[in-house]
Amino acid sequence: MEAREKILQAVTANKPDLIELPEMDLSQAVRYSNLVEQFMNVLKASGADTFFENSGNLLVTDIDSVKQQGDFMINLLEKDERQEWEELTASELKGLDTCYIRAQLGVAENGAMWISEEQMSNRLLPFICQHLVIVLDPADIVDNMHQAYQQIKTGHNGFGVFIAGPSKTADIEQNLVIGAHGARSLRVYVI
Amino acid sequence: MSIKTHAEAAQEFIRDEPRTDWHDETLWFVRQKRDKSVHTLPEWELLRDWASRIKNHTLSNLDHYLKSFENNAIANGIKIHWASDAEEHNRIIYKIIADNKVCKIVKSKSMLTEECHLNEYLKDRGINTLDTDLGEYIVQLRKEAPSHIVLPAIHLKRQDVSETFHEHLNTEKGNYDPQYLAASARHHLRERFIEADLAITGVNFAVAESGSFVVCTNEGNADMGVHSANIHVACMGIEKLIPKTEHLGVFLRLLARSATGQPITTYSSHFYKPRPGQQMHIVIVDNGRSRQLGRADFRNSLKCIRCAACFNTCPVYRRSGGHSYHSTVAGPIGSILNPNLDMKANSDLPFASTLCGSCSNVCPVKIDIHDQLWKWRQVVVANGYVGKAKKAGMHGAAWILSNPRIYRISGKIGRWVMRTFPFIINHPLNVWYKQREMPKAPELSFRDWFKVNQ
Repeated sequence: MEAREKILQAVTANKPDLIELPEMDLSQAVRYSNLVEQFMNVLKASGADTFFENSGNLLVTDIDSVKQQGDFMINLLEKDERQEWEELTASELKGLDTCYIRAQLGVAENGAMWISEEQMSNRLLPFICQHLVIVLDPADIVDNMHQAYQQIKTGHNGFGVFIAGPSKTADIEQNLVIGAHGARSLRVYVI
Repeated sequence: MSIKTHAEAAQEFIRDEPRTDWHDETLWFVRQKRDKSVHTLPEWELLRDWASRIKNHTLSNLDHYLKSFENNAIANGIKIHWASDAEEHNRIIYKIIADNKVCKIVKSKSMLTEECHLNEYLKDRGINTLDTDLGEYIVQLRKEAPSHIVLPAIHLKRQDVSETFHEHLNTEKGNYDPQYLAASARHHLRERFIEADLAITGVNFAVAESGSFVVCTNEGNADMGVHSANIHVACMGIEKLIPKTEHLGVFLRLLARSATGQPITTYSSHFYKPRPGQQMHIVIVDNGRSRQLGRADFRNSLKCIRCAACFNTCPVYRRSGGHSYHSTVAGPIGSILNPNLDMKANSDLPFASTLCGSCSNVCPVKIDIHDQLWKWRQVVVANGYVGKAKKAGMHGAAWILSNPRIYRISGKIGRWVMRTFPFIINHPLNVWYKQREMPKAPELSFRDWFKVNQ
């Protein structure tokens, strides 16, 4: 515990007089007249494919076509399937082609979607799959991050993530490449 | 071996003119993307103000927040370690590795581990650490240091990357396609993630009230490593704390927009508890930060969230490259952080600036970077860490400028010399002549001209 005491003592000795936290009037933050449109536009610009529908037919077709291809897929939209995947390790999941998952909330200003451990059941799933499909209720889209943090229960689970597109990199000459280490593509269904 | 000064290293960097221009323009393009993104938010300046004040508050109560973060993290099942300096940080991580008898280690971007030279420390003890951020992976293969904290390989061209990958990953020779090169790295690194025993990450924000921390990436490399491996070690400086979860809203809105112009990074991962069977460790590092906290003029440099907006906007950084700063954190912010770590070794850095102030204007947490550069110059000089020639020159200039008559005579002599013997000025030994055309000397000083023409 020597380092701990040393650091804390030095910090106590060197910190300035207390400065108050700012009062934040969060109503000053950006709002949008059409949340769904704004949300989908940002996501598209970030490299995701977005679909807005009432019926859910497109999603059904999506799932069917992946099923037909016979690739390894995990559909977390169906509750009873979740348990099965909980214990799988990285090497068991390395062939995972497509993963379907529901987001709790979407943020219009940046296209981010909150997925908690409860929804993913296994923390690896949204990252290790080649293609990620996220489903979101349009009623769960908020304007900005401040509203998002007011709604999500962050400490409830052990892990949670905002996902705002497919994985990407621009580390080679600032050329945008979609598909870095996480999912190579992202499809978002707002239903 | 003596390290080259910023000016000496920059001179080498700019030898390749087209490459320097490319570097300059590319980073300016990133700055423009930042502007475009920032202008979509009418409340941007308000956000900066909140962020700055939240950080000011946190620093003024940092001991309290450190303790509360520790308590809450321990309650969540996370093991907390404290390190006074780089050596202790490295020793702690080595011990975790040795105690668990593991050897396959993947690491996502962490400027702190670079600052502590963790990779070298572990390598000396026979342990290889694999950097998985694409840019860091490239520079690691080339045995180089990152030249930019957000864009580690920005000093390289696709041809360089292609050659490096051909050598190490056996990719097609002469294939310069970034898509192909990135896909090759992805393919290779996927295997390494899957077999990883231990994953090291940095920390973007640590939340005191919940004992949780947030890691931001675009590539998904941090998550691939952490959720695959059975041990997660997250390394953070004491200044990464923020008081509450709601403050993440402010900082996540600022970070990516300032860094690359994206509205948010692809992944913003929030860690609260280890998953069942997983070990989660946090190493809290001081390494000079508490000392900087005690320097009233410089303490607010600790507010930095490592977005690198000040790099991208800096006319000196863009034209001298990150390696010229001979430090982990280059650019304007590095030039005010590094003299605290080692004043003598970094005494050149506060001078690697035109003091134009652009860095302070783009800083999302309102650090007065250019003022601090100017103040560090005075501290550096007061401590005697300035070259003899510069010192003598400054003394001479001060004497001339404070004696009006001598100033006028010198001016007259100077103008006469420049007209009559231009080669005395226009020769390579005069550092002011380098890359400059000397102006034509006027017949009259302004004073003399004004006397005649008023």
